[in-house]
Amino acid sequence: MTEHEVKLWSALRPFAQGSDTVRIKARNIRELFARLEADYPGMAPFIAQGIAVSIDGTLYRDSWDTPLPAGAEVFLLPRIQGG
Amino acid sequence: MSSDTKFTGQKFKSIGTSPLRPDGIDKVTGRARFGADINLPGQLVGRILRSPHPHAAIRSIDTSKAEALAGVKAVITSADLPDLTNGNSELFNILDNCMARTHVYYDGHAVAAVAAVDATTARKALKLIEVDYELLPHVTDVDEAVAKGAPILNKKCFTEGVEPKPRKASNIARRSEFGHGDVEAGFAKAAVIIERNFRTEQTHQGYIEPHACVASISPDGSGELWVCTQGHFVFRQHCAELLGMDVSKLRVTPTEIGGGFGGKTHVWTEPVALALSRKANRPVKLVMSRDEVFRASGPTSATSIDIRIGVTKKGRITAGDATLRYASGPYVGMWAELGAMTSFACYDMKNVRTVGLEVLVNRPKTTAYRAPSAPMAAFAVESMMDELAASIGMDPLEMRILNAAKKGTRSSYGPVYGPIGIGPTLQAAREHPHMSAPLGKNQGRGMACGFWFNFGGQTCTDLNIAPDGSVCLTVGTIDVGGARASLALVAAEELGISYDQVRTVVGDTSSLGYNDMTDGSRGTFSSSMATIMSARNAIKILKERAAKMWDIPVEKVTWEEGCAKAVGKKYGNLSPLSLAEIAEAAPNTGGPIAGHNELVADGAGVSFATHICDVEVDPETGRTQVVKYTVIQDAGKAVHPTYVEGQYQGGAAQGIGWALNEEYVYGEDGRLQNSGFLDYRIPVCSDLPMIGTQILEIPNPNHPYGIRGVGETSIVPPLAAIGNAVSNAFGVRMTHVPMSAPRILKALDEAESKKADETQQLPLEL
Amino acid sequence: MTQLVNTQINGDAVGFACEIDETLLDVLRNRVGLSGAKEGCGTGDCGACSVILDGTLVCSCLVLGVEAEGRKVETVEGLSDGADLHPLQTKFIEHAALQCGICTPGFLMAAKALLKNNPDPTEEEIRYALAGNLCRCTGYDKIVRAVQATAADMRGS
Repeated sequence: MTEHEVKLWSALRPFAQGSDTVRIKARNIRELFARLEADYPGMAPFIAQGIAVSIDGTLYRDSWDTPLPAGAEVFLLPRIQGG
Repeated sequence: MSSDTKFTGQKFKSIGTSPLRPDGIDKVTGRARFGADINLPGQLVGRILRSPHPHAAIRSIDTSKAEALAGVKAVITSADLPDLTNGNSELFNILDNCMARTHVYYDGHAVAAVAAVDATTARKALKLIEVDYELLPHVTDVDEAVAKGAPILNKKCFTEGVEPKPRKASNIARRSEFGHGDVEAGFAKAAVIIERNFRTEQTHQGYIEPHACVASISPDGSGELWVCTQGHFVFRQHCAELLGMDVSKLRVTPTEIGGGFGGKTHVWTEPVALALSRKANRPVKLVMSRDEVFRASGPTSATSIDIRIGVTKKGRITAGDATLRYASGPYVGMWAELGAMTSFACYDMKNVRTVGLEVLVNRPKTTAYRAPSAPMAAFAVESMMDELAASIGMDPLEMRILNAAKKGTRSSYGPVYGPIGIGPTLQAAREHPHMSAPLGKNQGRGMACGFWFNFGGQTCTDLNIAPDGSVCLTVGTIDVGGARASLALVAAEELGISYDQVRTVVGDTSSLGYNDMTDGSRGTFSSSMATIMSARNAIKILKERAAKMWDIPVEKVTWEEGCAKAVGKKYGNLSPLSLAEIAEAAPNTGGPIAGHNELVADGAGVSFATHICDVEVDPETGRTQVVKYTVIQDAGKAVHPTYVEGQYQGGAAQGIGWALNEEYVYGEDGRLQNSGFLDYRIPVCSDLPMIGTQILEIPNPNHPYGIRGVGETSIVPPLAAIGNAVSNAFGVRMTHVPMSAPRILKALDEAESKKADETQQLPLEL
Repeated sequence: MTQLVNTQINGDAVGFACEIDETLLDVLRNRVGLSGAKEGCGTGDCGACSVILDGTLVCSCLVLGVEAEGRKVETVEGLSDGADLHPLQTKFIEHAALQCGICTPGFLMAAKALLKNNPDPTEEEIRYALAGNLCRCTGYDKIVRAVQATAADMRGS
C-alpha cells in the first residue's frame, strides 16, 4: 500500500502536533479517513462533519471509493459552502 | 465510477445549442407556481413575531391573550420546538435562528408565531403576545465587535482554531489560516510593499420572491411541505431533524423559485410553519414580507480586511498577507475561512498567508451569497494589484498575466492546480476590443479577476421512456436559471434524439433519492453527469429490448442517432429500431424502460473570470454610472450558451449593485434602517448598460462533456473592477464598498483639498 | 368591513367581495384566483405586481381592491389571445429575458404599457420605462433586447 504525504489545513494541525503534513498508508479516501482517525483521534469530529480531499488539485467530498494514486498530492481542506 | 466521468472530447449535436426553455410559457403567462402561489384547502395564515431589539434575554413570553383571540388556531414559541441545547450545535443554531430560545440576537429575530384564519386575525394576535425582554448591550459593526470592551454575544464562545484554547470568551468564533512559504522573507525581497485596510458592507441576495411555504402535518405525524428552496432534500432533512420526524415521512415539493443566490439554501420559516401546522392540525401558509426578508433571512458578511502585498520592480509578487474579519451574525460560520481560501487564489505566490476570523455581531445570520465570501476578498486583492502596478509603472493587466496561477502552481489555499482558466481569461481580456475602446470625459476603465471553487456532490436522476418513445427526465436539483433546458439537451445528446423529445421536471423528495442543493455552481454540472449516466443505463436496456425484438444477440446491437442498429454481416440489413418502436414493444419485452443513476459528482474544477468595466463619475455629485461592461469566464463547455451568458450577466449586475449602492444600514439602536427595496436599492434597468460576455471553453477533465459550473464566479470581480475604474478616472483609491455617491464625493473632495494644500505649500518650499 | 365590487378583468365581468383595506393585488391573488401578479415587496418598489388599470400601469399592491369598482384591469393572464402568445411573451422566451421568472409578469405588463405609448422606443427609453421593475437574475440585458425585438416585430420592421 502506498504511503502518502497528506497535507493538512490549519484547523487539523493541532491534532498532528502542529505538523502540516502527516504520512498515511491508504489506497482510497475511506482508508485515508480510517487511518487518520486511528492515528489522530482529534481529527474525528472534522471527519464526521465532512472534509474535502484534494487529489492532484481536484476536490472530492464524499466518495470513499475515490482512489489515491501513487505520488498524488493529497491535501485536506474544509468542506466549502456555495451560493 | 470516476473513470466513467472523464472528459472524452466527443463531438456534440445538441450541447452548445440554445433552444427555448420548457418552463418559459408558464412563466410568461402567469401559470408558473412559485412559493406564495400554492394554496391548500382549509389553510391558515402563519405570521411570525420578531424582536425589535438587537440583543436581549427573553425573560418570559405570555401568549395567553393571543391564544384567546377568536380565529387563532395555534401559537408557538421555542417551547413548542425540541430543546437542542445540549445536542448538535449546528442544528441548535439553525433552530435557535428560526425561533429564539433564551436570547434574541438581532433586530428581526423570531420569538413566537401564530396561525389564524386570516391575515388580519394573525396580525392582531401578534400584537397580543407579550414578551418580557432584558435588554443587553449590542454591537453590529465587525471591527467594533472585536475591539476591547465590546459586548460579548455568546459567553460560551471561545475562539476555535487557536492554541492554547482561549479562556476568555470573545466575539471571534473561529480562526483559520491558509498559506505557504515564508511571508516575511518574501516581503524582504519586495521593491514595493503596500498595506491597506478594505471594508465592505453587508449586502443581501435580493431575490425578488420572498420566502414562502405551505406546511401540512397530518395527525399520523406525516407531513408535506411546498416551498421555494434551492434544495428540497436539505430542507426535508433539516425540518425533519428539527421537528423530530422521520425523514421519509416528510414530503417536500419544490415550487418554482423566484431567485435564491444562496439565500434559499437555509431553512428560515419552514420549521415554524410545520410546527404551527402540527399544533393547529391544519395546513399553514407562511410568507415573509420584504421587511422580514431583509431583517431576518441571511445576508452576506460585512467585512474588514487588512492586507499587505509586496512586488519586485518587475512586478512579480514576493509575498501577500491578509487578515480577514467577516461578520457572521450571531452564529459561527465559515465565511472568513472562505474569504481566506479564495483571496489570493488567482496568483502564483511563493509566500502567502491568510487568516480568517469569524466575527459574531448582532445582525441576522450570514448565509451564502453567490460565490460566498470571495467578492470581498477579491475587492481587497484586486484593488491592491492595480495600485501595486501603478507604483512600479506597469500595466495592471500585464502584472496580472505575469503573476497568474497555472497548472502546477501551488494555490494560496493549499493544493497544486490542475489545468485552470485564469491565464486564458486574462489573455482574452488583453485581446478584447473593450480594452482599447475610447473613453469619454470623467470616465475610467478598470479590470479585475475572480475565483470560485465550484463543487459537485450527491445527485441522482431518473430517465423514463414513455410508451410513445418520448423521454421524461426527473432531476433532484432545483432549476434556478434554465437547468431544465440544459439537462434536456444533455439527455437528447446522449440518447441521440432531438431536444423536443425530452421533458425535464424537478421531482419532489419522494420521487428520487437524496440530492444536494443547487449551490456551489453544481446544478448543471452534477445533474448533467447523472443524466448522462442515466441515459447510458437506459441505452443498455434499449439495446437488450431491441435484441429481443430482433431475436439476435445483444452484442450485435449498437445505439446510434436515437435508434438501435444491428451490426455485422448477418444482421446488418435489419432496419433500425427507433426509440418509439422499442417503447411500443416494451409491454412484451420486459415492461417499462428507464435508466437511473445515483452518484457523487466530484471534480467540479475551479473557476476563474476576468471582468472589464468603464465607469463615468459625476465629479459634482459622486454619482457613478457603469457605461460599459465585459465578462470573460471559462465555462468548461457551455451546454446552453444563452443561459450561460445569463449567469455571467446576472452575477455581474449583482456585483455592480454591491460595488455602488447596496448596504445594510444600522442605527445606533442596532436596528436595520433600510429594510425595503426603496432604501436598499438594487440596480434597476436604467442603472446598467448592456453586459458583454465572452465564454471560454477549457474542458473540465473530470466531466464527460467537459462542463464546469458557471453560476457564481461572475459576482467576484465587479467590486474591484469598479473600484479600479473609479481610481483610474480620478486617481483616488476607494477602499470602502459600496462606493456610493457620498463616499466617492468625499474621496474626491479629500483628494482635491490635498492637492490644494500641496499647491499652497509649493511657494514656501521653493 | 366587506364591500362588493364589480369590475372587468381581462375583458370579463368579475364581481368580488373584499375588505376595504385589501389591496388589488391580494384580491387578484386570493379572491379572483389570478396569481400571475406577484408580491415582491408590498410597497410599490419592485413592480412584480404590475397590472394595467384603465390603460395605466400601476403597482397593484398600492391600489385597493375597492378602487377597481367599475374599472378595467389587465393582468398577465390576459396578455395572450387564447393559445396565441403576445409578441412580448414570445420574445421574452426567445431572448432568454427571464431566469427565475418571478419578475416576468410585471415586466411584460410594463413593457406592454410602454409599447402602447411608444412603439419605437430607444434603449434609454426602454430602460427608464422599466426602471420600476426589479429583476435580480438577468442584469436586464436580455430583457431590454426582448423589448427592442418585440417593438421591431410589432412595427413590422
